[in-house]
Amino acid sequence: MSSEKKLIVPHALFPSRPGAAGEKKLVVAHAPYWHDGSKISTKNYHIMLAALPAVLMGISQYGAPAVGVIALSMACAMIWELVWNLLLRRPHSIGDGSAAATGLLLGMLMPATAPWWVVALGTFIAIVVGKQIFGGIGFNPLNPPLLALAMLVISFKGIFDFDEALRHYDLGFAMSYPLGQVKYFGTAAIDKFSVGGLLMGQQAGAVGSTFGLGLIIGGLYLIIRGYIRWEIPLSFLVGVFVTALIFNLSDPAKYAGPFFHLFAGYTLIAAFFLAPEDSSSPANFIPMLIFGALAGLMTVLIRNIGAYVDGVPFSILLMNLANPLLDKIRPKAIGKVVENA
Amino acid sequence: MIKRSFLGFVTPKLKHNIVPGPVQELPVPSKVTLLLKEPQNGGNASSLKAGDTVRTGQRLFASPDSAEYVISSVTGTISDVAPYMDSYGRKYAAVTIETGGQDDWEDEFNKEPSLDTALKFFEYAPGNPSFRPFADPEKTIRTIVINGMDQDLLITANQYVVQNEAADIKEGVKALEKITGADRIVITVPENLVQQANTTGAELKTLSTTYPDSLPHMIMKNMLGQVVSAGDTPEDTGVVFINAEAASAIGAAFETGRLRVTKIVTVVGKDGNTTNIRTRIGTPLRDILQACNVSINERDRLILGGPMRGTATYSEDLAIGPDTDGIVVQDEANSSQVTDYPCINCGECVRICPVKIPVNMLVRFLEARLYEDAASMYDMECCIECGLCSYACISRIPIFQYIKLGKYELSLTETAEAANE
Repeated sequence: MSSEKKLIVPHALFPSRPGAAGEKKLVVAHAPYWHDGSKISTKNYHIMLAALPAVLMGISQYGAPAVGVIALSMACAMIWELVWNLLLRRPHSIGDGSAAATGLLLGMLMPATAPWWVVALGTFIAIVVGKQIFGGIGFNPLNPPLLALAMLVISFKGIFDFDEALRHYDLGFAMSYPLGQVKYFGTAAIDKFSVGGLLMGQQAGAVGSTFGLGLIIGGLYLIIRGYIRWEIPLSFLVGVFVTALIFNLSDPAKYAGPFFHLFAGYTLIAAFFLAPEDSSSPANFIPMLIFGALAGLMTVLIRNIGAYVDGVPFSILLMNLANPLLDKIRPKAIGKVVENA
Repeated sequence: MIKRSFLGFVTPKLKHNIVPGPVQELPVPSKVTLLLKEPQNGGNASSLKAGDTVRTGQRLFASPDSAEYVISSVTGTISDVAPYMDSYGRKYAAVTIETGGQDDWEDEFNKEPSLDTALKFFEYAPGNPSFRPFADPEKTIRTIVINGMDQDLLITANQYVVQNEAADIKEGVKALEKITGADRIVITVPENLVQQANTTGAELKTLSTTYPDSLPHMIMKNMLGQVVSAGDTPEDTGVVFINAEAASAIGAAFETGRLRVTKIVTVVGKDGNTTNIRTRIGTPLRDILQACNVSINERDRLILGGPMRGTATYSEDLAIGPDTDGIVVQDEANSSQVTDYPCINCGECVRICPVKIPVNMLVRFLEARLYEDAASMYDMECCIECGLCSYACISRIPIFQYIKLGKYELSLTETAEAANE
């Protein structure tokens, strides 16, 4: 018995056992002993930082109500996450910044006039239905802010009718929702929108999704710092561009041109902040390209011939569902033995 | 520690240290501890007892018919023979020898280069070469690769040997040809050591200094154009890897008639400064750290090997073995910590993996302990154990540990199944 015990405790070899007086306790762990220093919280803070230009533009345009929507959305998202953690007695996860980033993005997708209960409900859908019931961060099959947006758009059409919602604002440019205009009145109705104007945020829309230039700058920052993968935004934008171009060539009076579709509605925020969300998008190279391109294609299809004014939430959610299947397209591991059937 | 670069979209490149520092000779330690593998046939009738006197270069074995032995690195008296188990559960007898007086060389080593000599005297040589694949009738070894590049970052022990002991390696190459009859002997070195390596007479291949290009599987693929199948070792493909230090030790043994009992070790202090030392195999870590002026505090990390693939150990009383190329000391503040956060599917591991394993999927199966599915569907057995996935993981999942555990558990089941058949 004693000899067996000696074998199990390797310290028995040494006269000075760990814990004995004078012996220093060392920390053991498995290799590797280096880490590149990345953290989930850092990543989420950078995403929020990159979103700031677009958010600040929205706030400067719509004033206090925009601040209210963004602040309430972030706060509610974090509170829902905390409440869920407390209810399920799970470790508190609001420190990772994921709930705050989700709240910020959802706020950016809403009109400045959204009532408080829509914001509270939306963040509940995003955090609890979209993320936590699947197991929390990393397990959400769908993009949480987009899931919330899609459910809100279907449920409360009037609130997300930007022409109607923002009718009391006069910001010195054509105060109408470009995608609505082109859908119901054809391309003649969108002559008042110039590409430059759209880029500078001169369109009615959600708080943080109209300032195209700001979104592009933020997106490029995230790509350069490696917080999002470039393949998805690029292929998404290419998908939108090519599909819109084909439609435009087929009937220029009915379908708007590709640049219009790139800079109107939710396209840019989707390309840089929503489609590349980690958990709901593929990780391999070719699947990422397919994911982005098909999401772009679906977006324009829904916009041009579908029932909804903007196809972004539905197209990306649909591709989110295809993600596990897409990610099966992967390179053969080196050394893998393929058994021929 | 090398941090993520500002331009995060570039896959980080971890570079080896390529300028081996001078070697500091350590005095003969007052005691050495040698780990003798427990014989597989269970013959535990130990012929080693406390009080026995041993000579430098003497073979020590548990029983005369056992294939396992160690070579005493000092002259002195055995003070203790105790059981020892390593972190993988392998059992050893730890033989502690108190040094006494001058080196008295055992001269049972004969200078006849044959496989029998190699099996009998070189299995415990510095660099830990193995000649058993040559004796295995199921394996046909055609190629020997002398790896002049170190297999972990920061470490320059093997590079030092190529730089300064090319003549010994040349003798080693000749001896290896005679011992093994291999058709092809290749030496792989970084570009700055090409000149020295050219004089060794082996076929020269230049390695990049990017980690993990110096690992055997990567050398097989990039330099020899042979891919090792999942779960196989290079030996199964007909290639044996030998460290430059081992080749040099073999050469020197035939040249001088004495077995080499010293090991070159790269010591990496807390500030990242490296020192190369030469000391007897079996020297306690405490002696080495003292000689290098590295002090250890509570909760520090003491790593045998390098920062990517080494093994953290729990006591300064442990000793270096013939395979210990480096000792890394990490301050508590600089130690990377793992978390139990889930994978967020960011794909960093997929992009950094040198053998294109879908690590994002693999880790999900490993966390759920589905080792067989992990091996059959997500290529666990293709892993070459470089540790880059854990290095880059934003959730700080101990992926490398999961993979090692998965392989270990799977090998246990396979052994059990084989035993039941």
